[in-house]
Amino acid sequence: MTDTRQIPVAKRPLKWARVLDHTILILGSLFMLIPLLMLLQTTTTTDLETIKNGPELVIGTQLDDNFRAAMFTASGFSGENTGLRMLMNSMILGIGFAMGKIIIGMMAAYALVYFRLRFATFAFWLIFTTLLLPLEVRILPSYEIAQKLGLLNTYTGLILPLIASATATFFFRQFFRSIPEEMVEAARIDGAGPVRFFFDILVPMSQTMIAAMFIIMFVFGWNQYLWPTMVTTDEGMYTLVRGIKQLTQDLEGTSIPEYGRANMLALIAILPPVLVVILFQSWFVKGLTESDK
Amino acid sequence: MAQVSLNNIRKVYPNGYEAVEPISFDIADGEFVVLVGPSGCGKSTLLRMVAGLEDISEGALSIGDRNVNHVDPADRDIAMVFQNYALYPHMTVRKNIGYGLKNRKIAAVEIEAKVQAAAKMLNLTEFLDRKPSQLSGGQRQRVAMGRAVVRDPALFLFDEPLSNLDAKLRHKMRIEIKALQRRLGVTSIYVTHDQVEAMTMADRIIVLNQGRIEQIGTPAEIYHRPASTFVASFMGAPPMNLIHAQCRDDRVVTNGGTAVATSPISGPVTVGIRPEDVGIGESCVIPFTVDIVEELGAHRLLHGQLDGQDFTIHVAKDVAVSAGPTRMTINQDAVVLFNAETGLAL
Repeated sequence: MTDTRQIPVAKRPLKWARVLDHTILILGSLFMLIPLLMLLQTTTTTDLETIKNGPELVIGTQLDDNFRAAMFTASGFSGENTGLRMLMNSMILGIGFAMGKIIIGMMAAYALVYFRLRFATFAFWLIFTTLLLPLEVRILPSYEIAQKLGLLNTYTGLILPLIASATATFFFRQFFRSIPEEMVEAARIDGAGPVRFFFDILVPMSQTMIAAMFIIMFVFGWNQYLWPTMVTTDEGMYTLVRGIKQLTQDLEGTSIPEYGRANMLALIAILPPVLVVILFQSWFVKGLTESDK
Repeated sequence: MAQVSLNNIRKVYPNGYEAVEPISFDIADGEFVVLVGPSGCGKSTLLRMVAGLEDISEGALSIGDRNVNHVDPADRDIAMVFQNYALYPHMTVRKNIGYGLKNRKIAAVEIEAKVQAAAKMLNLTEFLDRKPSQLSGGQRQRVAMGRAVVRDPALFLFDEPLSNLDAKLRHKMRIEIKALQRRLGVTSIYVTHDQVEAMTMADRIIVLNQGRIEQIGTPAEIYHRPASTFVASFMGAPPMNLIHAQCRDDRVVTNGGTAVATSPISGPVTVGIRPEDVGIGESCVIPFTVDIVEELGAHRLLHGQLDGQDFTIHVAKDVAVSAGPTRMTINQDAVVLFNAETGLAL
């Protein structure tokens, strides 16, 4: 016989502090969400209505048209910078940037942590100080180098100069240092050389860390604005983030601004980072807090 | 299988710290040698030098007939079990055990057969497809053993392999490791700070202190004939009683005037007496004051004073005692005398 009696649960008294907490939270989230909802609303109406009435509570019928315009109609002269093209460029930038940073960061950290280099600590701090020199500080020399190497309007030129930075190296260094020394020693006795150890043991062990880095770096790369604006003058190379700007700028003047189309593009630009964060969320938390060592 | 020979092995770190003073000893084929000592005594450094994980500053090391001073750890024909097991967390038990073989370019079929055999020997067959995180401490320990066994090495190295286990499991694994070593007959070096492990597992014990060998001997020799006061107080739980005394007129007399032993020499000495080499009873002559009685079920420990010096007696469970003054007698055959200054046995 199972005991079916239930333990009586005391009803928690309504606490006003709790209500206040939630009110603040709800207000905060509305503050964040309302602009997004307004954006969404304008993508469903015609530009004329938007101009006449401003944002409304009505959901219009233009979603499909605006989507088509955003994705497949080119703005500009060459006819190359359709939304789809820009989405692809942004993807290449985001993924290339994230992968590049992870690969460079991991290899640099591997060298710093596992090899007895003469000036390892000095080298690390040298890398670390580059955090103080973001792209904006070195943008002219970087541009000149990219230009002289003929990298303007190429994906290489878009990605490569952004990759060299300390963040990924720093995170991987800290992570590698937390891996017990015995792991290396066991691998040495098991006959794994430096390359084997890196690929057979270090890379699989860093999975969660790699995923976490990927999220951060993908979003970071995706949102790059200044550098892509500098190195891409060819419309076919535009990324979404700079393309949207172009779109609204182009259409100011005599004609009606294409609000629906631009806002639709803005929504599309938000989606991939959001998806990446949602899909990798559990990895992200794991990577930054624990690791299965 | 091989004999191991250490010839004046020394370890000096770049900052000048001498972790291991020149040490020499030989290990016979199939022998189980335990290196024991307090933390920082150099026992792990010594083991790691044998493994090839630390450079040997001076001296010659040979495994089998081969000098291996400059041989890579992977090529020394050794296997090592680490304190925290050092299992690869992302690999299954099967892959963990087979990884060393895979790196030696052994055919997959052969690896599988060897892994199966090792798993069977260690009762791991049903866990082969699990990851280390899904195993208990004892099972992980056995996987670490499996990784060592599967390679069929000439020499096993154990670096405090049981210190992460709870007391009960430690006892069990102690017996398993010992039995396995007996069965395989592989020469083994085992490092521990636990004197019980050293006593129970070793064919021969090497007691280290501050980078020096204090004594090499069988467990019985180490226990009954310690070469120094350090060994006397390190081995045994509770440790040997050490009492300050003077030798004169063929007698060893404490500062309080009690004769505890006989000796032809003269001068100050330290007298070593194991707690179990003492009997108590009213008919005895040496006065002893019991302060605390520790009840351990199978026996009791009496902690008290002999002429103002701390002294512990081990008595059987049927001996009735209570705190207060009593008398005791000392088994004279078991008394060890040490030089009062150097601490070395006389």
